[in-house]
Amino acid sequence: MTGPPLLETRGLTMRFGGVTAVAGADFTLGPGELRCLIGPNGAGKSTFFKCLTGQLRPTEGEILFDGESLVGEEPHSIARRGISIKTQVPSLFDGLSVAENLRLAAARTRNRAETRAAVDEIVGLVGLADRADSIASQLPHGQRQWLELGLVLACDPRLMLLDEPTAGMTKQEVARTAGIIREIGRDRAMIVVEHDMQFIQMIAHRVTVFHQGRILAEDTMDNILADEQVRDVYLGKQAGAGRERSDA
Amino acid sequence: MDLAVVVVIQILYAVASLALISIGLAIIFGMMGVINFAHGEFLMMGGYAFILSYNAGVNFWIAMLVVAPVTIAVIGVVVERLIIRHLYGRVIETVLATWGLSLFLIGLAATVLGYHQKGVNPPFGTIRIGAYQEGGYTFFVIFVTLALMAALYVGFKYTRWGLIARGTMQNAQMASGIGVNVDRVYATTFGIGAALSGLAGAILAPIAGVLPEIGVTYVVKAFITVIGGGAVALAGTGAASSLFGAVSQAVTFLSRPVVGEVALLVVAIVLLRLLPLGITGRYFRRGL
Amino acid sequence: MSRNALGLWTMGVLSLVLVFGVPAIVETFALIDFTLFIAMAILSLSLAFVWGFGGILCFGQSAFFGLGAYTYAVAVINMGESTVPILLGILLPVILALVLGYFMFYGRVSDVYLAVITLAVSLVFYYLIGASAGEEYKIGSARLGGYNGMPSVPPINVPGNPSAAVEYEALYVPAAVLLAVVYFGLRALLASDFGRVLVSIRENEARTELLGYDARRIKTVALAIGAGIAGLSGVLFCAWGAYVSPTVFSLVFTAQIIMWILVGGLGTLTGAILGCVLIQYLATWLGETKIADVNIVLGAIFVAIVLLVPSGFVPMFARLGDTLMRRRGEAGS
Repeated sequence: MTGPPLLETRGLTMRFGGVTAVAGADFTLGPGELRCLIGPNGAGKSTFFKCLTGQLRPTEGEILFDGESLVGEEPHSIARRGISIKTQVPSLFDGLSVAENLRLAAARTRNRAETRAAVDEIVGLVGLADRADSIASQLPHGQRQWLELGLVLACDPRLMLLDEPTAGMTKQEVARTAGIIREIGRDRAMIVVEHDMQFIQMIAHRVTVFHQGRILAEDTMDNILADEQVRDVYLGKQAGAGRERSDA
Repeated sequence: MDLAVVVVIQILYAVASLALISIGLAIIFGMMGVINFAHGEFLMMGGYAFILSYNAGVNFWIAMLVVAPVTIAVIGVVVERLIIRHLYGRVIETVLATWGLSLFLIGLAATVLGYHQKGVNPPFGTIRIGAYQEGGYTFFVIFVTLALMAALYVGFKYTRWGLIARGTMQNAQMASGIGVNVDRVYATTFGIGAALSGLAGAILAPIAGVLPEIGVTYVVKAFITVIGGGAVALAGTGAASSLFGAVSQAVTFLSRPVVGEVALLVVAIVLLRLLPLGITGRYFRRGL
Repeated sequence: MSRNALGLWTMGVLSLVLVFGVPAIVETFALIDFTLFIAMAILSLSLAFVWGFGGILCFGQSAFFGLGAYTYAVAVINMGESTVPILLGILLPVILALVLGYFMFYGRVSDVYLAVITLAVSLVFYYLIGASAGEEYKIGSARLGGYNGMPSVPPINVPGNPSAAVEYEALYVPAAVLLAVVYFGLRALLASDFGRVLVSIRENEARTELLGYDARRIKTVALAIGAGIAGLSGVLFCAWGAYVSPTVFSLVFTAQIIMWILVGGLGTLTGAILGCVLIQYLATWLGETKIADVNIVLGAIFVAIVLLVPSGFVPMFARLGDTLMRRRGEAGS
């Protein structure tokens, strides 16, 4: 890796009562890097994201973004520093239209004309141009995922966190999502949590494996697939189960 | 020394009466997540049920300890069926609907019984403590409240019904999956909460008197105590009424009653800022 | 024409009628009654904004209203001229709301807990001012008077000219103008970026924050705006009756404000005005004719609305209107 990392966590730990969801994770992401995060359900991936965005305050450990600590910051100020998240279950403004959703996200940092331009651009990028006036709650699931992707993008972040962006999508939709992510990943860093191995192969170079709140392995996709230990904790169990989804 | 004893008794009484007026509301809130804003009127009606039946010739204790809670339990079950049942899971709507019910009941009581105050003399006379006197009834209220809390604890913890009720409140779907009639558990719980409110209203009637609007003075204190206590009904009510009762009575001694009332409210405000889910949101979470 | 534009034009015409038309045709007595309704409608708008659009269930709107009324009373008795007292009657509630908002929203207090805190604040005022009956409770030359209230509060006057009082029926036109200003002001505010973000917080607070908006600050500001409007309403109320008493802080009064909003419909400004006038009128009429106890009727309506028309009447009629328009459109094509 060249240059200082964009994101770095040291000994990041999150405990809930007696349960340790994240147990001392040391994670590093370079500028502009696209990384996939995999691991069995309950490995602590979503909790890890919530710590990064300030929705949870870690019990221990340090989070450095661009060299500055994020621990204890409010979600909105972390968002202003340039970290934006697509949550596992799409979190949208259900009563507003697609365009209004995007406008809200875009308007914080832009004036009126810029906002309009950004909305027009993003609505096309995520393939919702012909649905711009539809109310968010009326969109089918796949399009809701894209709209949230658009919201995240409209914040113009330096780091995007995508939690299961293809959950509940058809094969064609997954392929299209991979296209969108490759497109927007060209000029910004991204961490993607996924279960779908084919999808990960479409987008990622490096993959990090989470297991029981720790980082188990970090390597290229091919090497990860060949790793015995990884297969034991994760892939082996899933081999017969096909594509499994978690809602937790 | 005598003064110290009197002060302690008064504080105990303040705590007990706060717990007494809150416990019915707390059971309903803790077990069902429902806030019954007509709670004050349940107390008011309990007071009337007691005084009217006593004046009609019913034995004093039967009127207070049987007629009042049974009457209000019946009213409670009817209210649950007509209003509460349609609003489960919608806390704010329930507050608003029961607030409307509260107005309705005040108006009804005023129309039927008139706006003047009714009362009976408390029994037991007075007890001399050195240079001071204390009503014997004060001790009765403290004693009854303790007995009531103990009985509820035993009832929820050790009886079959208590187990079913607690299970249903934890996970209604699962309970109905194993054959529990969830509707009936809710109706029963609401009825028990209403009965406790009716009983509290009757017990306090000899001291406070009864008039159609008296519920308003009860409901705010009960509401604040229950929310301050949090979702764990018995432990929450016990803890919150101890804190609020002690503070307000202590301040009352140091200055005057109205400052005591204000102190109660201020403590409640600060408490909710520090513990946004009430006392049992942080402590005694595994209590009852 | 879109429904929004149509509504705007309708309300524009209605407010012209309210300001210029009504005084020309209505008797003096009725005009004085109307002035009270208008003051209350402004209060109703303040809660409609805070609760209906900000999603902040404030049970203490009466605290801001009452503080505005008492501030005006105390200040105008001491100063003898009404301009500064009016401004103070708006400013003090705003300051209270900023303090409360900081206290609650920055402590992540929400929902029913927020309702308890605001209710408790309102009752603190009720008890404290109620206990101020003695001679010694004076602010300057203004006696607070405990539960008896403060009588003979001087009226509003033409700014800079204390002898030119604006009272009785003369208060109607300024009050009507203020109602229109508040109404259209709130509409403009809701159409602005601030308003959009406020509504988005109501819809999905977590998402709004993840987009980088500070929900705590925005809700605090919204509460303060609502408080200022409630304070203004309190000033008008106090000047209208030349009197204020602690009942403005009572639970019953708070219940009324909430009921106005519920009747008209949560999330509409027009509904808040209609609901307020309707209930006020009904209460006055029941009080005069003694057909039934006011509490019975209002309580029954309250329950019935929550159970049967949870969205309130204005949204219900709007939906009906939409359906009819669509039918007619289909029949015509």
